[in-house]
Amino acid sequence: MYEKLLLAVDGSENSLRAANEAVKIASLNHQCQIEIVYVVDYSKSKNDILHAQGKEELEFSRRKKLTPVEELFSSKNITYKVSILRGEPGPTIITYVNANGYDLVIIGSRGLNSLQEMVLGSVSHKIVKRVNCPVLIVK
Amino acid sequence: MLERMKKEWFSNVRADILAGAVVALALIPEAIAFSIIAGVDPMVGLYASFIIAVTISFVGGRPGMISAATGAMALLMVPLVKEHGLDYLLAATILTGIIQILFGVFKIAKLMKFIPRAVMIGFVNSLAILVFMAQVPHILGESMVTYLFVLITLVIVYMLPRFVKTIPAPLIAIIALTAVTLYAGIDMKVVGDLGGITRSLPDFFIPNVPFNLEMLAIIFPYSIALAIVGLMESLLTASIVDDMTGTDSNKNKESKGQGMANIITGFFGGMAGCAMIGQSVINVKSGGRGRLSTFVAGLFLILLIIIFGNLVVQIPMPVLVGIMIMVCIGTFDWSSFTYLRKAPRTDAFVMLATVIIVVATHDLSKGVIAGVILSTIFFVAKIAKINITEKVINSNIHFDIEGQLFFASVEDFIDAFDFTVIEKNIVINFSESHIWDDSAVGAIDKVIMKYRENNNSVMIEGLDSTSKKLVEKLTIYPALTGSKTST
Repeated sequence: MYEKLLLAVDGSENSLRAANEAVKIASLNHQCQIEIVYVVDYSKSKNDILHAQGKEELEFSRRKKLTPVEELFSSKNITYKVSILRGEPGPTIITYVNANGYDLVIIGSRGLNSLQEMVLGSVSHKIVKRVNCPVLIVK
Repeated sequence: MLERMKKEWFSNVRADILAGAVVALALIPEAIAFSIIAGVDPMVGLYASFIIAVTISFVGGRPGMISAATGAMALLMVPLVKEHGLDYLLAATILTGIIQILFGVFKIAKLMKFIPRAVMIGFVNSLAILVFMAQVPHILGESMVTYLFVLITLVIVYMLPRFVKTIPAPLIAIIALTAVTLYAGIDMKVVGDLGGITRSLPDFFIPNVPFNLEMLAIIFPYSIALAIVGLMESLLTASIVDDMTGTDSNKNKESKGQGMANIITGFFGGMAGCAMIGQSVINVKSGGRGRLSTFVAGLFLILLIIIFGNLVVQIPMPVLVGIMIMVCIGTFDWSSFTYLRKAPRTDAFVMLATVIIVVATHDLSKGVIAGVILSTIFFVAKIAKINITEKVINSNIHFDIEGQLFFASVEDFIDAFDFTVIEKNIVINFSESHIWDDSAVGAIDKVIMKYRENNNSVMIEGLDSTSKKLVEKLTIYPALTGSKTST
């Protein structure tokens, strides 16, 4: 059974849906360790700093994006760990997953159309292609 | 100490060298364009970028940050160069450095964090607008080919990174389009038409200016503006690099480092500079983390100029303009439009006012200073709101004071009382308030005095301990804060 799970979260509705699926999988096995990963996006750093009142407020607002997911896990008594990484979301998650080894990666899909995907690039698509473990994409 | 130096310089050698090289390539067109904006030879910006980057790699407080000749600084120098020439600019650059070191020593740099975000957003937006406006004269009214080249450059710099990630797209645009121009013999304005490139290292010399008060009076206003704007952009960039790398940096050390870099660049014929947001982001994204990356950026830049100098003068101006338009688009804070709608009215107003003042005066420092003053006034007005509720309990009149009592709120405070009552017991409750200064104490005294004129008895309660101390120290009525003050 899956024991070491990674849930990639960006604070969106989609990642909350992915978290719901993660809960279902985790509750099948109470040995299950789950790691919530949030990537601070390089290309948003400038914008974030410019619009934040200070470092503490920025950290707090990022942490706040994770609270719905964290609340979900603690309400189901599932132990979890939060890791905050920095970089471009796709490649950063891929390097992290391949370096630490997981049984399953769970990620929400933004549900972009083909034009948006061409311009923005699909994070979940990149991850599926390049990580060495099963991936669950939740739409 | 040695351990830390080793970490800051040599913990990331391979990636630092690669990232530094990428940054050097991206720096060249900007250094040339900013020289043209300032109205000096391209070498002034190129030497500045070389010397500032190399110096700051040793003395800066934020490893991995890139400092060089910048648009913000170039824009401030325009009138000085136009009226007094290059030597005055170099003298102003040295004085800028001295001021920045003083700011660092006296920890004034720390005050920069009080610059409100509305002003910061206004600053980057007006910077983008001014740099864009400076590009327009180079292409407006030129040939159709000029417009076409700008367009092709923009297409290359925006589309190519989708497919080619290793080589910076602006470099490809420069090489490809310069080659096309030379090969096809297209007649177009080139960088060489606006100034020459010297293929040598800079020399040390003392700017040729008269050393007297008159000269100082000319350069001082420019130096102070350069020092403030330079530190502001440098500390903003440092915070962005801090955030991207998840590490902290020493802001006072950075201010002193910026100062030293400007002093040295002034003596080597370079213009004042500061940290660059765009280039620092490129550096971190390319893997640069340590001081080595900044050092390599500066060194590689001057090597490229020495080797390829005679090709650099052949770069068509429209290509340079296209690249600068990309820089402007990258600098502008596009979420400002959402900000204007969602931020508090006063913040949105401050942001707009900063932009309008900068664009109208062509002076970034004026917009920033006006923005800071405006936000201070708005802030005082906001916290000066005082709320007084009156209720009657057992024929005693109770006043509950809510808000900060200080020089800006005392007038509203006094106006809220009705002094026509006679022979009543009056209780004023300050438990939701705080007394800040002597005008607040004076106002309380005045209220008590007026009530007593009509034989009322006044009692003060609920003062917190610091307010109580202040009142006891300053009031003209002894035992005012006692349980009951009788007439």
